[in-house]
Parts: sequence; structure tokens; C-alpha cells
Amino acid sequence: MTETPSTGTQSVVVERDLPHPPEKVWRALTVQPLIEDWLMANDFEPTVGHRFTLRTSPVGGWNGIIDCEVLAVEPPTTLSYSWASMGLRSVITFTVAPTPAGTHLRMVQSGFPSDAVQNIRGAEYGWNNFLNRLEATVAKA
Amino acid sequence: MTEPDLLFRVLGDPTRRALFQRLARGGEHTVHALTAGAGVSQPAVSKHLAVLKAAGLVRDRRAGRETHYSAEPGALAPLADWMTLYGAFWEGRIDRLEDLLKRMDQ
Repeated sequence: MTETPSTGTQSVVVERDLPHPPEKVWRALTVQPLIEDWLMANDFEPTVGHRFTLRTSPVGGWNGIIDCEVLAVEPPTTLSYSWASMGLRSVITFTVAPTPAGTHLRMVQSGFPSDAVQNIRGAEYGWNNFLNRLEATVAKA
Repeated sequence: MTEPDLLFRVLGDPTRRALFQRLARGGEHTVHALTAGAGVSQPAVSKHLAVLKAAGLVRDRRAGRETHYSAEPGALAPLADWMTLYGAFWEGRIDRLEDLLKRMDQ
């Protein structure tokens, strides 16, 4: 868990060095059956603006469905999509960088960036604000 | 301790979230006062408050014929862990991605 200074929202960052070329990692991130193999069943298309769902088995009170929209596709380096589930919206960004040994993969799940907040519909905007306040409240508790 | 998924479910409803936000700004409020501006009927507000109370998000105090509600911000503590939970989720999925890459052709 890290703090993003520019927005004050929190992010999850996972980084991994992989002994595979970037193009291969890119395919695993962007081809439907390959995505399903490691992440979830999906109807992903590598097109900005494409809306898709990620589906897994329902757990507890969660229906197992994540609503997504492709935000950025820059083969073979950057893939980004929104991730909405249980009323919470965040952004997933994969960065694929070549290294002498293969690829450095970085996955960031972050709160909605402040410069995009104005584009979000009112209800979601309210929920993001609420979450920011909530985190501040919890930090003080 | 209330489970995060219950809190998400309870606060996923916009009317309940608005009621909780109003209470979270501080002080005690009656059902009557909370109904004004809620956009739903008083029985609906009472029902939402009961759900919030069951989740430990608000407390109530009976005074005469009125019930006064106030927020219980400590109840939100489990949500602080949701990013931690996502961290574990992604570590596990990237492990599976590594496994897939070993099985893939170049």
C-alpha cells in the first residue's frame, strides 16, 4: 500500500522481473483466453473505450463481476483500464519495460486520478470523495 | 468486527451512503431531520438507518418519542484493509501470469 502524493489516493503496486520478451508479456495481458488463464473470464478487446467485464465465482456478498473500460493501449508498453466493483472505482495500469534479461512488469491499481475526476458522473465522484474522506477518518481513528 | 464486504454492500446503496455521510459530518440527528433532504419517505429512511445500525456504522439513542442517530466512524476501520487485500490478490494473479508465460510459445 503506497500513497500517491499528487492525488492523495492510495495505490497497490506489484512489480516483477520476467525472463520473457515484452511482446510475449503483452500478449498475456491482452488476448482473451490468455487473460482468462491468469486473471479472469473476460470479453476484453485492446481498443480504447471498449467496455468489458471480468467474471469470477460470486463470493459472500460480492457478485464476482468487475466492470471495466479500456483507457489506454500502447503496445507493447502500456495497458490501462478502469475497474469498478461493489461501487468502488479504480484504475489498473500495466507497464511493460524491456530489460537485458527480459521484461520488467509493473501493475498499479490506483484511485481515480484527480485530473480525470471531473469526467466521472456525479454519483461516482461523490463516492470517490467519500472514500478519500473515509481513508482520512480511518487514519485518525 | 464487521466484514469489509458487508460494509461495501451497506454503503453501496446511494441513499444509505448519503445518510451516513450526513451523520459522519457530526452530531446527532433525528429520523425526522434526516428525512428532510433524503429524497425518500420517513419509513424508508428508518429502514436504511436500521441497516446502517446493524452494520455497526451508526448508533441510536432514544429520547422521549424521538430516536437520535449519530455516526460510528470506528466501524469503517475494516475498509482500511481493502487495498491490502487487493495487494495480495494481484501478487497471486501475477504468480499465475508467470506460470502462464512459462507455458506459452514465444
